[in-house]
Amino acid sequence: MRRRSALGYGAAAFGAIGLTLLLGWWRVDGPGAPEPMDQRPLPLTAMDFRLTDHKGQPVGPDTLVGRPSMIFFGFTYCPDVCPTTLSDISSWLDMMGEDAERLNTIFITVDPERDTVDAMAEYVGYFHSAIRGWTGPEAQIKRAIEGLRATYEKVTGEDGRYTMNHTAKVFLFDAEGRFVSTIDYHEPREFAVPKIRRAMKVRLEGAT
Amino acid sequence: MKPVLHAALAALVLPLGAASAALAGSGQVSIENAWSRASIGTSRPGAAYMEIVNEGDEPVTLTGIKTDIAMMPEIHRSSTNEQGVSSMAPAGDVSIAAGETVALEPGGLHAMLMKLQRPMKEGETFPLSLVFSDGGWVTVNVPVLGIAARGPGN
Repeated sequence: MRRRSALGYGAAAFGAIGLTLLLGWWRVDGPGAPEPMDQRPLPLTAMDFRLTDHKGQPVGPDTLVGRPSMIFFGFTYCPDVCPTTLSDISSWLDMMGEDAERLNTIFITVDPERDTVDAMAEYVGYFHSAIRGWTGPEAQIKRAIEGLRATYEKVTGEDGRYTMNHTAKVFLFDAEGRFVSTIDYHEPREFAVPKIRRAMKVRLEGAT
Repeated sequence: MKPVLHAALAALVLPLGAASAALAGSGQVSIENAWSRASIGTSRPGAAYMEIVNEGDEPVTLTGIKTDIAMMPEIHRSSTNEQGVSSMAPAGDVSIAAGETVALEPGGLHAMLMKLQRPMKEGETFPLSLVFSDGGWVTVNVPVLGIAARGPGN
């Protein structure tokens, strides 16, 4: 309910402050650019979804709190953007060396119909070992997508084959689950790795 | 920057080259830096990338692709909108101006290889033909790199 009214308010604000948004859009590629408030992902602590990781373990947003997190969406039947994103992320993690192990790196499928736990396990196995693949019921994936203010859409062709349109950004959260920033698709690694490090620097206030 | 320079050069060269224009077409196209990623089995579509260089004096139009590795090969285009949402659709005909290069590259135009007939295995190559509107075609052997490959250089 609260989310709906926030979205409504956001739609009104969109028209009223078009110029500000244009400026915001222009700044999106810059490092540390702030997200417009109405599109800002929820903190992980305010999200609620239940999925299964590629090892068959139950997972959710609470699994991630306590370590900084990097979350992105895709699907394994995607021949171009998704393997490119996963290999970009693998190269960022390679550059970070051992620090990559202090970070949750989560690939959530938007195509649970084809991306079973086994399919996710095989697919992530070809990329950096720190990347974990999450899948589950579509209703739960939808909740994760909504929490991150991302979108996805199934596009079916004439012969019944389908592809998925989806948000291709990488979302960064600090160890307390607060949203920090996004990395855009194809952002140069000179920007990407410092953004990840910035999300990792935020200290946990109080032991959990 | 480069296309502008090429266009300017083409404008200068065009009157001189008019006599040989009959020779221009798919015969003047070369393919560079072709590569693809290995597939997992045959159920998922594959993708191949390359640079298509039109060395001729006339524009050429790429109308399709053919390869024995896939029953349904098509040129597709991935694009990402301002909201960061990526989508993919058939690209239709792709015209390449005289002297221009069109890149099939990750996140943009790519040869989408649907209904794979056999797995794309790392270390192997497969032939792929680009078909042009003048009826000609250019064939290239595409090397298959690893699933996580980022390009022919790494």
